[in-house]
Amino acid sequence: MIAEEPKIKNVYEREDLLTGCQAVSQAVRLADVDVIAAYPIRPYTEVMDALSKIIADGELDAEYIIADSEHSQFEIVKHASSVNARAFAGSSGTGWCYGFEALVVTATDRLPVLFLVGNRALDDPGAFGVEHNDAMAVRDMGWLLAWVTTPQEALEHVLIGYRVAEDKRVRMPMALAMDGAFLTHSQHMVKIPTREAVRQFLPPYDLGDGRLHPDNPISIAPQVNEDWVMELRRQNWDAARRARGVIKEAYGEFNAVFGERYSTPFFTEFMTDDADTVLIGLGTVCAPGRTACRRLREKGEKVGFVSLRWFRPFPTIELRESLKRFKAVGVVDRDFAHGSPDDGGILMHEVRSALYPLKNRPAITNIITGLGGRDVSIDDCIRMYEIAQKSKTDDKLDNFVTWIGVRE
Amino acid sequence: MATETIVYDKIKGVHKIPLEEFYTSGHRTCQGCESATTMRAFIKVAGPRTVVTGSTGCMYVANTSYMTTPWIVPWMHTQLGAAGSSAIGMAAGLRALKRKGKIKDEPINAIAFCGDLGGGDMGLSGISGALQTDYDLLIIMYDNESAANTDIQATGLSTYGAQTTFTPPGSKHRIMQRRWKKNVAGMLAVGHPTCKYVATACATFPPMDYMNKVRKALAVGGPTFIHTYDPCPKGWDFHPRYSHEIGEFGIKSGLYPLFEVIEGQVVYSYDCRKTAKGRIPVKEFLVAQGRFAHLIPEDIDYIQKRVDEMWEEWEIPGVAPIKGILK
Ligand SMILES: Cc1ncc(C[n+]2csc(CCOP(=O)(O)OP(=O)(O)O)c2C)c(N)n1
Ligand code: SF4
Ligand SMILES: [Mg+2]
Repeated sequence: MIAEEPKIKNVYEREDLLTGCQAVSQAVRLADVDVIAAYPIRPYTEVMDALSKIIADGELDAEYIIADSEHSQFEIVKHASSVNARAFAGSSGTGWCYGFEALVVTATDRLPVLFLVGNRALDDPGAFGVEHNDAMAVRDMGWLLAWVTTPQEALEHVLIGYRVAEDKRVRMPMALAMDGAFLTHSQHMVKIPTREAVRQFLPPYDLGDGRLHPDNPISIAPQVNEDWVMELRRQNWDAARRARGVIKEAYGEFNAVFGERYSTPFFTEFMTDDADTVLIGLGTVCAPGRTACRRLREKGEKVGFVSLRWFRPFPTIELRESLKRFKAVGVVDRDFAHGSPDDGGILMHEVRSALYPLKNRPAITNIITGLGGRDVSIDDCIRMYEIAQKSKTDDKLDNFVTWIGVRE
Repeated sequence: MATETIVYDKIKGVHKIPLEEFYTSGHRTCQGCESATTMRAFIKVAGPRTVVTGSTGCMYVANTSYMTTPWIVPWMHTQLGAAGSSAIGMAAGLRALKRKGKIKDEPINAIAFCGDLGGGDMGLSGISGALQTDYDLLIIMYDNESAANTDIQATGLSTYGAQTTFTPPGSKHRIMQRRWKKNVAGMLAVGHPTCKYVATACATFPPMDYMNKVRKALAVGGPTFIHTYDPCPKGWDFHPRYSHEIGEFGIKSGLYPLFEVIEGQVVYSYDCRKTAKGRIPVKEFLVAQGRFAHLIPEDIDYIQKRVDEMWEEWEIPGVAPIKGILK
């Protein structure tokens, strides 16, 4: 077992001021990725800018292909992955959707490619800012999908992502989502691991008897029709279920190599110990969310914040166990699901459905905010807490869903 | 001559065609399916150290059913418009793994095939992308002149006037396929100056021509492209017994020019103008197929006129529809 190997002395080679995208590029270098396919679209592009320079400088030995479209970009890495090359790509917004067909088959082909999604609003009209609907589009397709909140976490989740995705029990592609601009382009100090430490944590990619090579003459994805498709869907379903355990294992081993970086794999809690009301959200909304929380605490309000990291597989049990401690949960969606039940956001539906089996469920309310990159302020978050607190006593809220930060 | 510049293992006679098959039983293509012959022939001459992708279409759906795959070589499905990108992916992956010592460094052919709709319409941009790389890869576009798998719909490569399920003759409009056949090989050759080999072919005529073109494409190095003309009994409405003849008529009438562009040099593999009979009338090709049964003499004249133009007015006959500089 990896954890039992002698501890490496120097797990970090240096510390540097990096954006989220640059941090990911360092992780791709450390993961010794073999094939990268690039196509420009803001805001994820910066990772490809950084990687091209890393390759030009000889710091990574990889094929770097400038594709003619996202569809090609995604197909290129899919097929590279099928010959057992570790592959990396990414996109944002409408680019992610342009290649959607390829994203679907990458999952059904069970190819563990890692993609960075620099979240961006979908066209029309054009907007560069963050919205989560792009990445969310793959949520039911057999992808691993996680949001990170700092460049350090981003770097680390490329390594964790490959490890989980490539695990024989999982073999699912991984989408690492990151709020456009707020994380893709914001700089933080980042500790960059040594190759040695990364090697200890991340084993080489081995597709085994699934790889396309003359020594292993198999046919991949032949036409199956109604004879077999259901069994294959079932295998995907099983893999997604197994992934939860593999994720936990991976964090354990990550901590063993790098020190206690993560106390919980699926989400991070802030000031929740004695809280009665919490907000839960994905991505960088945790920053104003936590500050608002601290301010309310100063006034004696028992509030807390939960940053959800893994959206697929959804940590149903863990989240249920955690959230049942509270009286009210306000779900913050940076996405929309027009015409869905109660017209709420995607995250709300997922959280509410995870809590449904509880006898004494916390009151749930939904906030839609920050669309298209609109700033979510501390005051906005204070309002969100107030709305959530109100829902404890008033379950007949006129509006179950509140839009915050929108001109009415 | 330019052909001499490619050093390759030439098949010198029908008795020298390799006996071993790498595309065998298990497929369920129609009787007389020329595209199946195109598959069988390319992999026969490429041999077992090959990885193959095929885009959606008859050569996927009718060809490669779960548990009865006809492919002896490693094969993978790719999306309808993804032949070019799948070839890049395989070739890039193999190159990186070899260079980094992760797999044995040995020649492995990367071949992707696609239909006329998948490659000639939808996947053009991906194929163009592939032909701009420096990877060793071959893309074969098998052209049965329709979206055959979805029940014979017209594509940008269907011959003018052809009846398909999207282009039925009607009482008001006799001809619904009013597009002239897209010149994919010519376009790709002209548009990709660093690509060393682009060719057109027909699996069975002239004998061995196609097989040798596959050998040349694989030997020359870099990205290469072959467009094959594949008569389809179901879609073209003729008896399966005539598949080879109909391809031959298409070539002899000049509708299907057979050529290679080797590092920018055009080589006619079969110059229909220079045979004893010269170019045969395109009518011989058209009347042999039910899909043209609704055409009237004026339509046939129109098609003939355009084919004449291809050979008599194009600066590079049959290859590039440029008529020279306007004086
Ligand atoms: C993106 C996408 N659109 C449509 C289809 C439906 N479809 C499957 S096969 C096919 C026809 C393909 O035609 P062609 O490439 O000429 O191959 P052929 O069927 O003629 O062999 C179509 C349209 C598909 N599989 N994928
Ligand atoms: S429809 Fe045409 S291309 Fe398809 S299998 Fe039949 S003959 Fe071949
Ligand atoms: Mg076709």
